[in-house]
Amino acid sequence: MIAVKNIRKSYGRLTVLNDISFDVSGGGIYAVLGPNGSGKTTFLKILLGMVIPDGGKVLFQGQDISRSHGYRTQIGYLPQIARFPDNLSVSEIIHMIADIRNQPSKPEPLIALFGLDKFMDKKLGNLSGGTRQKVNIVLTFMFDTPVIVLDEPTAGLDPVSLIKLKELINTAKSSGKIVLITSHIMSLVEELSDEIIFLLEGNIYFKGALSELKIKTGSDDLEHSIAAILEP
Amino acid sequence: MIKILKYSFSDLMRSRWSFIYLGFYLILGFVLLFLNNDLSKGIITLMNVIVVLTPMIGTIFGVMYFYNSREFTELLLAQPVKRSVIFLGQYLGISLSLSLSLIIGLGLPFLAYGIFRSGEIANFIMLLISGTCLTFIFVALSINIALFNSNKIKGFGYAILMWLFFAVIYDALILLSMIVFEDYPLDNYALVASFLNPIDLSRILILLKLDISALLGYTGALFQRFFGTSSGLLYSLLMLTFWVAIPVMLLLNRSRSKDF
Repeated sequence: MIAVKNIRKSYGRLTVLNDISFDVSGGGIYAVLGPNGSGKTTFLKILLGMVIPDGGKVLFQGQDISRSHGYRTQIGYLPQIARFPDNLSVSEIIHMIADIRNQPSKPEPLIALFGLDKFMDKKLGNLSGGTRQKVNIVLTFMFDTPVIVLDEPTAGLDPVSLIKLKELINTAKSSGKIVLITSHIMSLVEELSDEIIFLLEGNIYFKGALSELKIKTGSDDLEHSIAAILEP
Repeated sequence: MIKILKYSFSDLMRSRWSFIYLGFYLILGFVLLFLNNDLSKGIITLMNVIVVLTPMIGTIFGVMYFYNSREFTELLLAQPVKRSVIFLGQYLGISLSLSLSLIIGLGLPFLAYGIFRSGEIANFIMLLISGTCLTFIFVALSINIALFNSNKIKGFGYAILMWLFFAVIYDALILLSMIVFEDYPLDNYALVASFLNPIDLSRILILLKLDISALLGYTGALFQRFFGTSSGLLYSLLMLTFWVAIPVMLLLNRSRSKDF
């Protein structure tokens, strides 16, 4: 479904991604991991066409995504920092995104799930970080998209909402969707992910199941295996 | 594109600054008319205000809106919408809301004064057209500057410099060069020089329309001699259209390769 071929990207002299290639075909949860600044967000943004790679291409359902935008109807994206126009209210932004995407959306169950009812008329500029993240989650999951991209989805969430988010992700997985996720919360990754793509210094250091990574590094949990990679 | 335009337009229309800008023109229009008690004198005074003020407000609003709406732009970029549509929609949203403030703000006082019953209506419309053109030109230029500079302070500085250049420095340089090269024929040079500055161009446009030779100045008089009044008007309008089109194309081109 998603094929990444020889993607390169550098900002000035800093090489962020250096010839990255891999395929994601079946449904499941794929965790993109790596230390700070390893290019996780850049990679996700390239997939969404927000960052233009210096070389290589991304194929989505066999189609090259450069110069195309229609494929984004198939992707739900949760950005890392949830910031919206301050003058708009929660219900306005939900309507606006549904209007711009021109796709059927079901925000109501999600609004109820995260208890956002009482914030619907509040201005986005006056919401707390966690509440804004919940709005962000609603905007991502309200469309029925076969691919969901989550960039640090847990930022600012309370434990109750975190459990609800995990349920959402697992429901998406069981309906055969592809979920790409980045996170620094290793317990979350360990709990959810089927496959791990580990980026290090612009390259894919490891791609495979969690159990393989543990065997490769000889550690018994993910946190220690990653520490073993970074500080051998 | 209409959808993007609609949302950025309504976002801006709610902003306090649009109202302050509108209020300023309302007050300016009423005060001028009741002090001058003469429509055509009012129009000449307004011209001098508009050719400097609309570029400045366009420049400041352009950069400010672009930097402030960066997150919103990122949100839009992740949606199935073409990049050019997003940027064109936002550009038109800013330009239209500023132009609307200008047109309503000056239109109401002149309407109240009875512009439709006087012969000055065409001159007044020309004033609004050049103000609108200047808004569209300088918003496009300033968004270009913002697109090329991710550093807000730098972008803001360059934008203000750009305005200062066209409003003040450019004329000074031309004048200086004319004094230095006064022994040479400078007609063509002066004509081309005025084509290359949208502020000069719109000043000439209004003065040609008003047909006040005393205020035309050197380039204005050249314009009149070269093209005559009516084709002079046409050429300067055409040049202003180029001045809108070229920065907009540059803007769309730049937006296609920019990383967010």
